[in-house]
Amino acid sequence: MRPRAALPPLLVVVLVLTGCGGLGAHRAEVRTGFADEPAGPLSTMGYSLPDEVARVRVDRFRQRYPAVDLRLNEGAFDEQQFLSALAGGNPPDLVYLDRADLPSYAARGALLPLDECFAVTGLDLAEFRPAAAAQVRYRGRPFGVPEFFVVRLVMVNRAVLAEAGIDLAGFDTADWGRLAGWARAMTRADGSRLLRLGVDPKIPDFFPLWVRAAGGELLAADGRTARLDSPEAVEALELARRIVDQAGGQGVVQAFRDGWDLFGARNPFAAGQLGASPMEDWYLNVLAQNSPTAPVAVLPFVDRDHRPLSWATGLAWAIPQGARNRAAACRMVREMTTPDAWVAAATAKRDARLARNLPYTGTYTAHVVADERVRAEVLRPTGIGWLDEGIAVIERAQGVAFALPASPAGAEVKRAWEDAATRALGGRASPADALREAQQRATAALARAGAR
Amino acid sequence: MSRRSALRRAEARAALGFLSPWLVGFAVFTAGPLLASLWLSFTSYDAIGEPRWVGADNYRELARDPLVLKSLGNTLFYTVLHVPLTMALALGLASLLVAAGRWGPLFRTVFYVPAVTPPVAVGVLFLLLLNGQSGLVNRALRLFGVDGPQWTSDPAWIKPGIVLMGLWSFGTTLVIYYAALRNVPEQLYEAARLDGANAWQRFRHVTLPMISGALFFTLVVNTIASFQVFAEVYTMYFGTARTSAGAEEGLFYVVYLFRQAFEFLDMGYASALAWLLFLVILLVTLAQVRLSRRFVHYEGRR
Repeated sequence: MRPRAALPPLLVVVLVLTGCGGLGAHRAEVRTGFADEPAGPLSTMGYSLPDEVARVRVDRFRQRYPAVDLRLNEGAFDEQQFLSALAGGNPPDLVYLDRADLPSYAARGALLPLDECFAVTGLDLAEFRPAAAAQVRYRGRPFGVPEFFVVRLVMVNRAVLAEAGIDLAGFDTADWGRLAGWARAMTRADGSRLLRLGVDPKIPDFFPLWVRAAGGELLAADGRTARLDSPEAVEALELARRIVDQAGGQGVVQAFRDGWDLFGARNPFAAGQLGASPMEDWYLNVLAQNSPTAPVAVLPFVDRDHRPLSWATGLAWAIPQGARNRAAACRMVREMTTPDAWVAAATAKRDARLARNLPYTGTYTAHVVADERVRAEVLRPTGIGWLDEGIAVIERAQGVAFALPASPAGAEVKRAWEDAATRALGGRASPADALREAQQRATAALARAGAR
Repeated sequence: MSRRSALRRAEARAALGFLSPWLVGFAVFTAGPLLASLWLSFTSYDAIGEPRWVGADNYRELARDPLVLKSLGNTLFYTVLHVPLTMALALGLASLLVAAGRWGPLFRTVFYVPAVTPPVAVGVLFLLLLNGQSGLVNRALRLFGVDGPQWTSDPAWIKPGIVLMGLWSFGTTLVIYYAALRNVPEQLYEAARLDGANAWQRFRHVTLPMISGALFFTLVVNTIASFQVFAEVYTMYFGTARTSAGAEEGLFYVVYLFRQAFEFLDMGYASALAWLLFLVILLVTLAQVRLSRRFVHYEGRR
């Protein structure tokens, strides 16, 4: 009878394995087309409910479509998780991801084109800012719907400028030679310890913005040709290297930056650790909340001819290939991005902040009409001069912001220029050599992507 | 005789039965993926579409890709420093623990605690501790008048900083040494003392040979683990809390593999990278086993 002893453990293993396999099966019963009546479970990935702007719109969707059982898997979009879900044939119905990553998924056939969804809901990418809309189109077809529109502006510490004898009215980013001089004049150090960084160029993070300001572009409009070693790109990296070197080198500067408490009351502007830097627009909100009395001024980032310029990024909704509840996913994308939804969300956000005695500095979306209505119906002067001026600067920046072209190898190209900047700033290569190598890497990656 | 062999067969079947959960688990979760990755290394696969056979293209690309050599070099640098340092530190502390008598087990636990800290937490923690401007390590050095390096942002110091972080989890090695040291028969030391051996001679000619098996084991497993180090380094220089200065010097082999797989969605190339790492580890381990014949003393061997 001994051999029979082998059976129970074997049986357990078999049961566990088959049991696991059965879990995903019942979901397959629901499968809807874009035009169907939305009902049943709707799963999302990458979207969270951190504030009123998210919660109010999600609540509106739930009320309007009570037959839909919305299941938000909160947390940031996780490539690994998304890929495993796709490979396992069990993708979420809706994903919320960076617009820069969207084309590479679309190119691989991981996302559904949304023409039919747009036809059903009347949604039209023409409603959105052109820069954002271009990011979610791939080979002429729409694969996503943009949400926020984050732009970059320059934030300066007025006290630091004054201490260095720099006139705020004459300060801008047009003349890079002068900018480097100002950066040196504002920098303070104690031996090898940096006490204040005069100008933080934020390279590699904001590299595309600087290159554009010099008149160059990192990617051609078709997203298939890299131009990482253009003279404009080299010049931008040389400026960053100069600023970093005169502050003590990348080792010191990066370590100093890593020590900043960006989201606290002792943020680099409040603590006088920074003279001037391009920043994302939402940082105005952080400052308004944590250090409303800091001596900050918000200026537009300008190109060589003093013309305002900005770089826009943001996230988008997309429906994966293999999504089971397309009807509900499509309705949710529409519902989350209507002007009515944005106005309701912005109003709730404003009221919540006012109730906590905090200034409300605006909600900036990729939807043109939504933004106009939020400005007209929701936004009120904060009564704090530099904040109100900052809001005006953000609004102007939105009109002149560009986005990087949609590219099927966006991630590889970005890594290439980031690595080049790190090498050049660390003194491991000249900006020109580092960018030449990056250009080779990016070109090879684009060629591989083009072969798909 | 035949009765006996029948019994033996029955016992073998029973043993196989009881082993089956592990065997099935191994086949499904280890051997299967292993073989699949070998096959994938000959394909172009993005985890979305179907794998497409490309022959040895991925392996040819390995030879051309400068980042393969770069990341392998970074990893080798780490391994060569990390393994001996961990072993020396663990052996030194284990010797102290043995001498500490009844307090030994308590400290053994204390020293082991860091080994169970989640690697991501270790990465974030050391990013703060090692910060050249405001980190605790340099502040401590400043007390002694030493102006510490920029561990997390100066390219020349990033790898030494990672080695320093690696020492944090020496606890496992220490526990093994502690057990080995306590197994050295006291009469050997007594005999050595009677022969007039001093402390160093007793350590060199009694302790080391007696624990050489443990030393060899930790050498092999620590080397393999060092080649595969990922989570702490990824957290410091590539994750969300990262500092971008480590993009080049912190590009360890498995980090690069992960990037190819999950950032660039090139699973085929990543699989080829994995098999190259397997070959490197295999060769290094074989070399270690060969060398061990000269240094490792096995009790009971004729």
